[in-house]
Amino acid sequence: MSRGVRLALFGIAGPGLAAVLVIAFTGLPDFGAYHGIYGQVLTGIGVSVRHATDLVTALNFDIRGFDTVGEEFILFSSVVGVVLILRELRGEEEEVHQEESDEHHFAGASASLRALALGLVPSAITVGIYVVVHGQLTPGGGFQGGVILAVGPLAVFLAGRYMSMKALAPTVLVEIGESLGAAGYALVGLGGLIFVGVFFKNFIPLGIPGHILSAGQMPLASIAVGLEVSGAFLVGWTQFFDQAMIIQGGEQ
Amino acid sequence: MSFLPFAVAAWLFVAGLYGVVSSQNLVRTIISLTVVQSATYVLLLGIGYVNGAKAPIFADIPQVSTAVDPVVQVLVLVDIVVEATVTALLLALAVQAHKRFGSLDPHDLRALQD
Repeated sequence: MSRGVRLALFGIAGPGLAAVLVIAFTGLPDFGAYHGIYGQVLTGIGVSVRHATDLVTALNFDIRGFDTVGEEFILFSSVVGVVLILRELRGEEEEVHQEESDEHHFAGASASLRALALGLVPSAITVGIYVVVHGQLTPGGGFQGGVILAVGPLAVFLAGRYMSMKALAPTVLVEIGESLGAAGYALVGLGGLIFVGVFFKNFIPLGIPGHILSAGQMPLASIAVGLEVSGAFLVGWTQFFDQAMIIQGGEQ
Repeated sequence: MSFLPFAVAAWLFVAGLYGVVSSQNLVRTIISLTVVQSATYVLLLGIGYVNGAKAPIFADIPQVSTAVDPVVQVLVLVDIVVEATVTALLLALAVQAHKRFGSLDPHDLRALQD
């Protein structure tokens, strides 16, 4: 469908959308006047019953831990999908131009950018681990920390050394890490089923709120998710970089 | 102006939708789709806001403080994960489409032949 036809259709449908939006806006409650009962109940029990000071993590990894299994496997299966779509096609071949990929010409990768990017590697990994293990106390957790962790190897790519990035985070190792993270999270839930009879019911002592080893299963679940998320992002990025830098040829 | 956050959500939605409709490049279509999805973050966080309330982190505030709704914040987290996965899959499809048709203009895409 050409751009003109699409815009014409949008022009016809637009007033309808506008009318629906106007009707919706007239019935909206005032901003800030929300009194949802679930939020109030959970705010009341977060610290006293679940011993976690960050309620978002408490919800994510404990109260609705079962939903997070689904969320985690959405990520896992989509990465499998990316690997499948970006596989080597007929007529393509992997070709490593040693001099080019090792020192690939990342546009504008000046010496100062390289120095900064390499300096970012240890700090990204440290901050990532910190965010993952403190999820039950302060904002953060496995999802956020996992992304920060994955930035470490990515910074090596930014420094213009794709092959070094692959050496720091070998694809096989990253894939194993991703799978272990996904399986580990499911195992945390299974632990609840085995020890206290309910899937994803907490089975680890709750500890003192505010301490790093508190909130029962949450730190464990957070580490598993962190591993899975950082693995998933690295596998995904590697697929795209391979397309740009290693896979050559193919039918047009 | 107590509806301003909701108006921002609607504006992001419509602006992203226009981007999808008017796009002549698949990468631009995908980025526009992420703009549409950003509208849901603003909408969800706007719904959960409570006047005068604090963030639902009790590490340094009294346990009895009023907090904004943590449920919608968790939903935003799920939303972001879904957006990341959808974007990755669509970009992978765009890469293969460009290989097959030599163009990223959606108008140039033909039926897949094998």
